[in-house]
Amino acid sequence: MVEEAALAVPVSAHDHIQGNAHAVVTLVEYGDFQCPACGMAYPLVKQIQQRYTGNLRFVFRHFPLSQAHPYAQMAAELAEAAAAEGQFWAMHDWLYENQDGWTPHGGAGLEAGVRALGLDQQALAATMRSPDIATHVRRDFMGGVRSGVNGTPSFYVNGYLYQGDFDALAHAIGRLIARQS
Amino acid sequence: MTILAACATAPEFALHSTPDQSVALKEFHGRNVILAFYPADWSPVCSDQLALYNELLDEFALLNAQLLAISVDGVWSHAALARKRKYHFPLLSDFEPKGEVARAYGVYDDKAGVAGRALFVIDGDGMIRWSYLSPMGVNPGAAGIINALEALPSNNSQKSIDAPAPDAREAS
Repeated sequence: MVEEAALAVPVSAHDHIQGNAHAVVTLVEYGDFQCPACGMAYPLVKQIQQRYTGNLRFVFRHFPLSQAHPYAQMAAELAEAAAAEGQFWAMHDWLYENQDGWTPHGGAGLEAGVRALGLDQQALAATMRSPDIATHVRRDFMGGVRSGVNGTPSFYVNGYLYQGDFDALAHAIGRLIARQS
Repeated sequence: MTILAACATAPEFALHSTPDQSVALKEFHGRNVILAFYPADWSPVCSDQLALYNELLDEFALLNAQLLAISVDGVWSHAALARKRKYHFPLLSDFEPKGEVARAYGVYDDKAGVAGRALFVIDGDGMIRWSYLSPMGVNPGAAGIINALEALPSNNSQKSIDAPAPDAREAS
């Protein structure tokens, strides 16, 4: 479905962005914090970011499959609440680095993340109750659906769905950088 | 075998969804139907097409559409899958004669002995408005379904499915 495999929602100030705004390559991930495949892709993305630093901009968008992963929505909302404290990426990293540890414990497991990051539990809980948080997560999700996301993680390289093996993602990005620099 | 295209009349069917219940296409007269043929129960979750559609039932309902998924698996396999994956839509069993409905829609894969990965949007009058056959191993996502539903004249109002419907979300 080629015509649908382009990013339907351009990267904007509403997004969580790491790296150079003028980078040659923009990598957008649609991910679910409870998804094991996303957990496996996490170190790969980190490696890619380190390898192509300066030439790569990374964007994370939420795509929680909440019926399959019962704590994915809560984890996404927690990351959004942490974002209000300027801690989105710290929480994103914690959730993936400790995925095996927190997922069996659900909400209690997530509280460990709040403590690990030294965030104020009550302030965070209040932020999570704001409808804006759920709205942000759902907007990401529906933008992903319209972009042709068919599972998690889904990666878009310069606006197009990457359909190859994750192991080859770094090479695909490397080739783009080599061609354009 | 060629997949039925837009403007064809959707072939009628009645298939078991559970050991003692069956679902017929004609029950959905006046509503839109999304038919999702898929090869087999129990594909991995993270890349599972039906897990994605399961997250979109509210959006489908806003577009006046009911999702029906069809494979050649038996009703007990369907029942176990629906329970395990928490699917909230019918899984229909095109089991006996095997693949008869998939054949009628032109999406049976004779070599593999399963239904192809095919999507149909059928309007309230029983006419196919959009169809798509995906390569067997490729999960087609939901963008094509949403686009086809939004293009139906009956949905050409100011409906927005991109912002969450607060009531629907609270309940889920």
